[in-house]
Amino acid sequence: MTLTTLALFTAAALLAGLWPAARGRRWFILAVSVLAVYALQPASAVRELDYWLPTASLALCALGWAVTRPASAALTREDGLAGLLAGGLALGVSALRYVGPSFYLTPTQPPALELAAVAVLAAAALGFGLTRAAGINKAMLWGLLVLILGLFIVLKTDILTQGVAALLRSLTGQAPNLARAADLRWLGFSYMAFRILATIRERQNGRLPAFSLGEYFTYVLFFPAFLSGPIDRPERFLKDAHAAPAPFADSLMEGGRRLALGLFKKFVLADTLALAALNETNALQVNGAGWMWLILYLYAFRIYFDFSGYTDLAIGLGRLMGFKLPENFNNPYLKPSLTLFWNSWHITLAQWIRSYVFNPFSRAMRSREKPMAAWLVILLGQIMVMGLIGLWHGITWNFLIWGLWHALGLFINSRWTEFWRERWDESSQPAWLQKGLTALSTFATFNYVALGWVWFALPEPGQSLRVLACLFGVNV
Amino acid sequence: MNNPSLSFLLRVVVKAALLFAALNLIFAVLQPMPALGSLSAYNALFPGRERLPFGERPDKAYNFSLYSLEAMFASHRAAAVPAGDEFRVMVVGDSSVWGTLLTPEQTLSGQLNALGLKTSSGQTVRFYNFGYPTISITKDLLVLDWIRRYDPDMVIWMTTLEGMPRSKQLTSPILQNNAAAVRRLIDAYQIDLDKNDPAFATPGFWDQTIVGQRRALADLFRLQVYGVLWAATGVDQYYPEKYEAYAVDLEADPLFQKLSGPHLKREDLSLDVLRAGMASQGGIPVLLVNEPMALSTGKNSDIRYNFFYPRWAYDDYRVIMQEEASLNQWHYLDLWDAIDAKEFTNSAIHLTPAGSAELARLMAPAVQQRLP
Repeated sequence: MTLTTLALFTAAALLAGLWPAARGRRWFILAVSVLAVYALQPASAVRELDYWLPTASLALCALGWAVTRPASAALTREDGLAGLLAGGLALGVSALRYVGPSFYLTPTQPPALELAAVAVLAAAALGFGLTRAAGINKAMLWGLLVLILGLFIVLKTDILTQGVAALLRSLTGQAPNLARAADLRWLGFSYMAFRILATIRERQNGRLPAFSLGEYFTYVLFFPAFLSGPIDRPERFLKDAHAAPAPFADSLMEGGRRLALGLFKKFVLADTLALAALNETNALQVNGAGWMWLILYLYAFRIYFDFSGYTDLAIGLGRLMGFKLPENFNNPYLKPSLTLFWNSWHITLAQWIRSYVFNPFSRAMRSREKPMAAWLVILLGQIMVMGLIGLWHGITWNFLIWGLWHALGLFINSRWTEFWRERWDESSQPAWLQKGLTALSTFATFNYVALGWVWFALPEPGQSLRVLACLFGVNV
Repeated sequence: MNNPSLSFLLRVVVKAALLFAALNLIFAVLQPMPALGSLSAYNALFPGRERLPFGERPDKAYNFSLYSLEAMFASHRAAAVPAGDEFRVMVVGDSSVWGTLLTPEQTLSGQLNALGLKTSSGQTVRFYNFGYPTISITKDLLVLDWIRRYDPDMVIWMTTLEGMPRSKQLTSPILQNNAAAVRRLIDAYQIDLDKNDPAFATPGFWDQTIVGQRRALADLFRLQVYGVLWAATGVDQYYPEKYEAYAVDLEADPLFQKLSGPHLKREDLSLDVLRAGMASQGGIPVLLVNEPMALSTGKNSDIRYNFFYPRWAYDDYRVIMQEEASLNQWHYLDLWDAIDAKEFTNSAIHLTPAGSAELARLMAPAVQQRLP
């Protein structure tokens, strides 16, 4: 996100916050969110893909809503209007093709209006058809879930992404042999997919509140959180959407404070640290363990300030419009254990995975005829959860190892805590000892996390191993 | 504070805006950029750089081009307190001295240092790289003027014809963005250059505010941050895996900088700038060197020596330089064809490590002759 985009988003959020009527405010936020999906999408080497990917995001949203709505619910006028608004905006973005390059919302020239119209009508017909097919609702939920997971796998696996890019290049008359994985950067897909998956799982569990189409679009595409989260829960978001807004002065104060904090973290601290933080190039050039530790620490703080800065910006923008998006970070590097670290780092993702993966898995394991031992459930659960979190960043060995590194750490942490719980009563120890142990644990936890970043920051396991060896003074 | 009112927030915004405006005005009046540029983490937190900051790929080179002379020179190793027992030789010139495609140790200064020269009293002779990759002897004069503050014991000035034409003198961005310093030199040495040349950047009052100077301020800060990676890696330049070799086959073009010959006149060259540079060091010995270049053997090499020079212009330049050196009793070394053409890289003046070592070896006797 550039400063210009952020300024435009802030202006839109202020306007939404000042909007006198709640209904009009909701429509305005929906419209801005839809347009933001197009505006944020980066250019692609595949012709017109920077229009089709955002349009596919809208279509996925419409499908998500269609299959998660109760079978008995009737279509309302408001649903129709929301569909018209989203479709109309998609067509409007395409129509800018005829106004001139200065007016394109997409990075490159959008496709011809008639082509866009066919796509929008097809998506609308499919969505409408699915709302009528109430009898096969359960299968459709699973179908959409599999479709989204399939897209995830394709988008996160370079070789598959490159294959799809080659196919798309063939379809657009471009040389397929020039395809690269980067051609298919579908911005915002990860977070959008998590929100749609959340609605599918909540629907399957019978806990999904009733969403209108407009509310569903806004929940999934909410422009402050579209790029980097946080991943809000459907029922919580809906509560805010329906709540009477706080006094604007309060929203402005709190939203402004978070925006200022986010700006400082992202554009001053993180961007500065990025200049000297560990990366693929300098990892091979650094002389000596001391300097390697320094640039690794710089990376650790860079990634924290970058991500938490984005979260502050999202929360700040949300507050300007009366939405209280959930916190994603709570001083994670000041936590004395890895378990507490993961309760305060990317909180909404960890909660999402816990709710929809870990808890169902552990319930299933414990409710078997021969229940699995608790420690084994924890171990397997941690491996699955952290492995998935790793692979969510990209299907590569390094991300997987990063996830497993944390799974191992969390397992050891849980066993260690369990072991000492019966043998050591920390609360009965003198205060200085408690403080000393907390400081030591915090230091150890931070360094364990920092060493994990070596896997995360670099693309190849061999390179990461060399860096780890260098950190401990071994020349490989 | 609970429930702030809109009027309270408005007052906060107004006060913040006034404070910001006041700070900008104070900044513009005080013009603290030179002082800020002198503050450097180099030679304090990090070792000083072996050559002046320059580069277009900061992400790979941990180095980049900026215009603050104070910051550039403060980041140089020579800006540290001089070691008492060394004999300091400053090597000034263009990209061939700076060392395009060469590591600091492979540059001319690095190769000269590797020779381990000593004075008769046993002092180590330490060569400092003050090359800067733009070709203009006025730029060299700026550097020569600046390095006097580092107490040089000797200066080596590498030149070539490309840096001599009057039209080339102010084309370097480092000169255009340091107009005051260049004007001072024009005055001090009575140089025939236009002090009001439109190429000079002339910042107005608003350009001197914090907002106007934000890019320059960011550059100062970035230079310090890149000090971490300079210290950690010793890398200060992007080394591409492949590069385009200098042109061997040439155009049948007899022109030199719009001059068609058949002879180069003394007034075509900025000899006054050359004289100013030689005079700038007072009594310190200056060794003036016509730097080596690749002699092309390809197409049209009967017309041109290389991409830069038609034969007629370069031959006349050598004669003029020889005459000027004799007239002024300069220590002058003409090494124009001293290095084999295969020891040049992406330009007819950029040397390979082996070429650079050979040049150092060739220059060493001339340096040694002038050592105390």
